[in-house]
Amino acid sequence: MAKILLEMRNITKTFPGVKALDNVNFQVEEGEIHALVGENGAGKSTLMNVLSGIYPYGTYEGDIVYNGNVCKFNTIKDSEKLGIVIIHQELALVPEMTIGENMYLGNERGHKFAIDWNKTYSEADKYLKMVGLSESSKTLVKDIGTGKQQLVEIAKALAKQAKLLILDEPTSSLNEEDSRALLDLMLSFKKQGMTMIIISHKLNEVSYVADTITVVRDGATIETIDNSGQEPVSEERIIKGMVGREMTNRFPKRENVPIGDKMLEVTDWTVHHPLYPERKVVDGVSMYVRKGEVVGIYGLMGAGRTELAMSIFGQTYGTNISGSMKIDGKPVKIRKGADDAIRHKIAYVTEDRKGNGLVLSQSIKVNTSLAHLDAISSHTVIDGDKEYAVAEEYRDKLKIKTPTVEQLVGNLSGGNQQKVLLAKWMFAEPDIMLLDEPTRGIDVGAKYEIYCIINDLAAAGKCVVMISSELPEVLGMSDRIYIMNEGKFVGEMKAEDATQENIMALILKSGRGE
Amino acid sequence: MDKKLVLSALKKNAMLIVLVLVYLFFLILTHGGIFEPSSFTELINQNAYVYILGAGMLMCMLTGGNIDLSCGAFVCLISAIGGVFMILQGLGTGVSILLLLLIGVVYGCVLGFLIAYVHIPPWIATLAGYLSFRGLGTFILSSNSKTGSLAPFPADFRNLFYGRIFPTEKGVFNIPCFLFGIIAAAIVVLSVFSARRNRIKKGYEADTVKQAAIKSGISAAAIILVMTRMAMDGGIPTTLLWVAGIILIYSFITSKTTIGRHFYVVGGNIEAARLSGVNTKRIMFIAYLNMAVLTTIATMPVIARSNSAYANLGKNFEMDAISACVVGGVSASGGAGTVLGMVIGATLIGVINLGMSLISLDANYQRVVKGFVLLAAVVFDILSKKRAK
Repeated sequence: MAKILLEMRNITKTFPGVKALDNVNFQVEEGEIHALVGENGAGKSTLMNVLSGIYPYGTYEGDIVYNGNVCKFNTIKDSEKLGIVIIHQELALVPEMTIGENMYLGNERGHKFAIDWNKTYSEADKYLKMVGLSESSKTLVKDIGTGKQQLVEIAKALAKQAKLLILDEPTSSLNEEDSRALLDLMLSFKKQGMTMIIISHKLNEVSYVADTITVVRDGATIETIDNSGQEPVSEERIIKGMVGREMTNRFPKRENVPIGDKMLEVTDWTVHHPLYPERKVVDGVSMYVRKGEVVGIYGLMGAGRTELAMSIFGQTYGTNISGSMKIDGKPVKIRKGADDAIRHKIAYVTEDRKGNGLVLSQSIKVNTSLAHLDAISSHTVIDGDKEYAVAEEYRDKLKIKTPTVEQLVGNLSGGNQQKVLLAKWMFAEPDIMLLDEPTRGIDVGAKYEIYCIINDLAAAGKCVVMISSELPEVLGMSDRIYIMNEGKFVGEMKAEDATQENIMALILKSGRGE
Repeated sequence: MDKKLVLSALKKNAMLIVLVLVYLFFLILTHGGIFEPSSFTELINQNAYVYILGAGMLMCMLTGGNIDLSCGAFVCLISAIGGVFMILQGLGTGVSILLLLLIGVVYGCVLGFLIAYVHIPPWIATLAGYLSFRGLGTFILSSNSKTGSLAPFPADFRNLFYGRIFPTEKGVFNIPCFLFGIIAAAIVVLSVFSARRNRIKKGYEADTVKQAAIKSGISAAAIILVMTRMAMDGGIPTTLLWVAGIILIYSFITSKTTIGRHFYVVGGNIEAARLSGVNTKRIMFIAYLNMAVLTTIATMPVIARSNSAYANLGKNFEMDAISACVVGGVSASGGAGTVLGMVIGATLIGVINLGMSLISLDANYQRVVKGFVLLAAVVFDILSKKRAK
């Protein structure tokens, strides 16, 4: 048995009205990768914030024992001094600064009044090499992709002499390839003796990389699963701990949904980049969706999926859009602007709910009615009671967990925010729903509920396009799947013919230009 | 439980409490001078422009913390042109007002177009007006008059914006004014209770009878108090009607209409608004068109009161309007704020100004005090909100 590096004993943390952590015990051995899993709001991040000193000593009960000493951290600097470094889910890099500047932000090399730039950049390069990044440390952060930015964050942590590295959802914005590279990097750090804690929703990654898995539920540690054996622990086993019940089926079945005529048909659709008009982002795509059908569009990030959906949705992305569109068999020309698309009964549910989906500073009520204010107003005067009733109706229908619909959307968990976003678009009464990554960053339970909503939509005769970069989800939910790569559709499959292997093979083949 | 409710009500209305405290402070300092009937009329006449410009500035700020720097200088320009129309050309009051409004609409369209469709940052687009309008106004004035000012304005114009309705002698109790107060108070009480009944009927959460009574009672008492005092000073000032009308219209627009809602969501998240079918460019355009029109309207009571157009007219008006909004809790980054908040902010600034001039504090000290009181008020407000969380 290896030495215990970190022990958190009987940690209790209360916020006004909520007990976020209730008597949590948590142990990490030296040199292991320890995964922390649980649904959103289970208390994982709170626990890590206690550990790193974001919640200072005295605001919680219990002890943190690190390396045999009881620690009383007052600020994040205190924990960093001991080598406990946390990398948050949302990248904290300044886009307009170089990689080197970012890595030593707040930790500058040289004299207090004179930064030693030579030292900064040469040290930065050293750490960049350790994480396998070939960029120069003088490159601006905005010029590299998200995958590389995540590596910069790790290099930054290493530069702080990290001994215990905490990664909060490190792969949530990475594609499969970059994710795998990151996980392999973690494994190679482990060989060099680093201890790591990873928080993740992606259970396949957890079982791939972790030695030990601790499940958190409702502010308490439920169980610790050993994953160091030959056979990795199954995802079902972990999910059982997370939701407290057996999830026999992660994807609810659609039963006897009749598939009707073609509702949306797009032919030879080409979209150019708004800033570089010579670049084709979507290149000659043709597709159709029938009533009652769920069509998956699978592709890696940057394949042009979002751009395709947004260009269909009232040309809200792109310039020089060409191609023809038919709705319900009739050719249509949608004017520029989301309002005209909404009039044609199209809805686009964005992948970026915080960035361009919801108004976080407004209530659930205001967000729900936003895309279809006409329905609750007469002569532009809003009927407040009607609006309230509508918001209540959708809260009920989609099981949005909130004390009142007057609650600000910014205070909700990711899963509930996603439901509000869906509520907004369902209230707009579309026939065609373009769902872009509808389950990104939400927990297993909420995912299941979203899948049920998608099935209900299909059953109501809507046609649903589901864009996703999670293959199991696309395979589990779609009737038909389009595969997209580098702006083109490279394949179309019926759900029963599709497998993980033949989809990936198609993408690889198109990538090689065959 | 009751204590908690009172406490949360106090926190929610922190700025209102500041207003009452500052008022009481000046009440003692002026030996009751600020409670004289004439002070009430003075308060409304002196600050009419803050309320009107504040309503326009609120709409601009809602769209994302955008401001209009040019409104003070535009007041100067409009007053100069108005002087030429009414005093030199002898155009009728109605025609002059229409022509001035037309000029406001033209400026508003140009400004709105530049900001909404050419994407010029609002503070730069309005800086041009800030720099040039006063120069233009002064040029018009000095080329038409030896003294550099135009006066006096026609009596019917002044009556319209700086007169009294059913005037009586000072010190004689003005019955229409008093009745007006009673009616307004009754409307407030009735509307609070009917809204409450409506909510109960539909099964929504509603105030208790006691809460509703306290809420409406305080507002009704305040209205009656103000109108009774004004009744002793010759009757309802026409300025009050203009200001009250504009405040009511903009309260309604911001809280009850779809276009008002669009202003809030554009300020809250412009991309989300765009993807929800809101014509975000049109909202920006309307914000600045509206601002220019309200600036023109705000000029009327100002020149009616000063009875002359001169080069320094409207100086720092833009800052007064912005302060009223910020003190009134309008978010400097957009998406949050109410007309009622702005009114409380404007009144607070007005009370401080009036109180200090009543104790004849040196004008320079007045500025110092004003700066610090405003800062303190906002700090108090933010701290109490933090606690409330």
